[in-house]
Formats: sequence, structure tokens, C-alpha cells
Amino acid sequence: MTLFQLILLLFLVVCAVSVSFSRNLLNSVLIYMSFSLIMSIVWLCLESPDLAITEAAVGAGVTSILFFATLKKIHAIEIQKEHKATEPETEKEWSGKDE
Amino acid sequence: MSRRKSQEEYERTKAFRFWRWMSGKQDPYLGKVELVPREEPEETELTIQERMTERQMIRDKVYDIEHNKKLGVFHKIYEALAVCFCLALAGILLYTVSLLPATGVADKPVNNEVPARYIEKGLQETGAVNIVTGMILDYRAFDTFGESNVLFAATTTVLILLHSRKRAKDKQRREEESEGENDRVYEPKQDSVLQVAACVLVPVIILFGIYVILNGHLSPGGGFSGGAIIGAGLILYLSAFGFEKTEKLFTEKTYKCISFGALTTYCLAKSYSFFTGANHLESHIPLGTPGAIISSGLILILNICVGLVVACTMYTFYVMFRKGDF
Repeated sequence: MTLFQLILLLFLVVCAVSVSFSRNLLNSVLIYMSFSLIMSIVWLCLESPDLAITEAAVGAGVTSILFFATLKKIHAIEIQKEHKATEPETEKEWSGKDE
Repeated sequence: MSRRKSQEEYERTKAFRFWRWMSGKQDPYLGKVELVPREEPEETELTIQERMTERQMIRDKVYDIEHNKKLGVFHKIYEALAVCFCLALAGILLYTVSLLPATGVADKPVNNEVPARYIEKGLQETGAVNIVTGMILDYRAFDTFGESNVLFAATTTVLILLHSRKRAKDKQRREEESEGENDRVYEPKQDSVLQVAACVLVPVIILFGIYVILNGHLSPGGGFSGGAIIGAGLILYLSAFGFEKTEKLFTEKTYKCISFGALTTYCLAKSYSFFTGANHLESHIPLGTPGAIISSGLILILNICVGLVVACTMYTFYVMFRKGDF
């Protein structure tokens, strides 16, 4: 096992730990995305390029986009500033961002 | 002797109801089983106040550890147990990993006659240079068919759960009514950076996906990876140019046709080869020269089918999550 692979595996552990410790949901999704990206490089190092392609497309691409869409749906991300102003107070409280 | 039933009698039979449902005149479940969207409860000052006091009460009883001794002790035990459990789980898993045979060792239990056969006779029997695709779509094609069906079922579930009840008929009214709640509001408003980047990237991504699908039996990749790449490209196009552009290309009908067609083709092609294989008949499907694009019998067709299903599924997931409608 080369040093490069060891560093990648270390990154994987760091990503996995920091996903559960980050408070912001958006950050969690981004870290998860980078986890998938590193995982695809690890697959490439383990000589399975087809898995690497799939992991990069599904794990880093589509799954994270679906997560983003869901976060948008539950108002966990504030997208537009002018939209934020019109939001009623009670909805903000239930957004789950401050808890 | 059979006699013709009168219209009233006929209307009471199950056959009549079935045909009524088939021809789309009346859905027997409409208004009986479906969930009715909950009406927004009226929020007065009083209810908000009540809710606030309720939340405060719950907070005092559940989270206020300083003034609740029993809760504090419980919390401490809970945290200690949780940490212990996580450490134990990690330890057990790591111990199991240490027992696994190392990568590339010759005499591990996986190296039995099955992979030997795949490696020795795979090219000869399936015609695919890429042994992995030969295995997935020839020896284990039944599994892959199940996987495609799982994807189809997942999309169907997403369609049922997230499909917006408001139909295209009252599209106009919908847009007028709920401009604030409608997800179209969230669309990037002609973001030029994103559009230029998408102009360059989307054709390359989709071409690469098509390349991966068509070369599935020659180079790494295959239907699933290529389909996922194409789906990601479509999603990028959608987020750059908005729903109006993609609606010309991809509607609910397109999804239905492509999914149904691809799954049926897969099923028929594989049924034929299972039937001939089980009865020791000759399948009459030429394997071609290994290494050529058109070779390896049914694998190319199956790859295209799987790729189409996966691409449509990815795109439909995204559209459903975003808008709840095509």
C-alpha cells in the first residue's frame, strides 16, 4: 500500500467523522460529497475503474444533488435573500437550522 | 344459452368496472383511498402562544438538565453507554476486517471454480472483452434485471409520493395561486456563468455517458455507470436552463415510454436466451469478433436498456424532488 493510498484512507476517516460532527446540514452534504469523491479514487487505486465511474456519478453527483433538493424543500438552506424577508416568523422557527 | 345482460345488470359486474377503469372513464379509487391534502390550520395569536408555551414546557422537562437531577444522571449514563457501544462496534468491525484475507492472495476461499470459469471461458462464451460486464449481463443477467426493476419501483414510489396533485390542466391557476410556494421560484434566474459552463460541459458529459454505455463490453463501465453519467448531465442542463427547456425534451410520457420499452426489451431478450440456454438449444445470436463495437451478442442491447432506465430514473428523481411534476 503506497503512501498516497494511506493518505486517501486517512481522508476517508476524517470525512466520515466530520460528517457526524458538523452542525450545518449543508456542510454535512458537502463533506459527504467529498467522501464519495475520495472513495472513487480509492476504487481506481484498487483497480476497479467501473466502480470508480459509478461512485463518482452516483455518490458525488446525483445523491448529493438529491440531498440539496431535499434540504431546499424543508427550508434548511436559505437560497434567496429577498425570499427570506417575506418568510413568516413561525416558519423560521421550525426550519431546524438553529437547533 | 347465454343471453345478453341488460345495461343495469352489466353495470354491476366487475368486468364493467374493470373496463371503465381501463378506458379511463372513472378511477375506482379516486376520492376513496387517496390522501387528501391537509388544510392549513388557521394560525391565530392564541395558537402560536399556546405552541410556544408547549415547547417551553417540553424544553423544561426534557432539556433542562440543570434543574432535573434524574434527567442529568440518565444523560450521563446514556452518553457513556453510547460512546462504549460505538467503540465496541468499531472494534468488532476492525477485528473482522483484520481476519479477511489480503488483496491478491492466491489461496483465499473466493478463488474457487466459479471465477476460474468466468476468467477462462468468459470471452469465449459471452464475447465480451470486459469480463465484469460479461458476468453482470450474461452469467448473472437475472440479477441485473432485478436491479433495473428495483430502480423502476423506486421511481414509481417517488412518483406516487411526490407527484403534485395539481395537474397541468390548471397550470395557469397554480402559477397564479402559489407563486411563493412554487419551486419554480427557486430556479436560477438565467445565471450566465452556469449557462456557459453547462454549454461546454453538458455535451461532453452526455457523449461520455453514451461512450461508456456503448463500450460497456469492451472497456470499464457499462449500462449503470453510463446511465448515471447521462442522468447527471441532464440534471446539470436542467439546473442551468430551467424546466421550460427540458420539458420539450423530456416529459412524463417520455419517461413512461423509455422505461417500459427498455425493461420489456431486456426481459424479452433475456427470456429468449434463458429459454434457449435451459433447453440446450442454439441461440442463433452471433457473438461477433471480440473487441468490435457490435459484438458479444445481446450484451450491447442489454447495456443500452439498463443505461436508458438508469438515466431516466436519475432525472425523474431530481425533477420529482424539485417540482413534484414534470
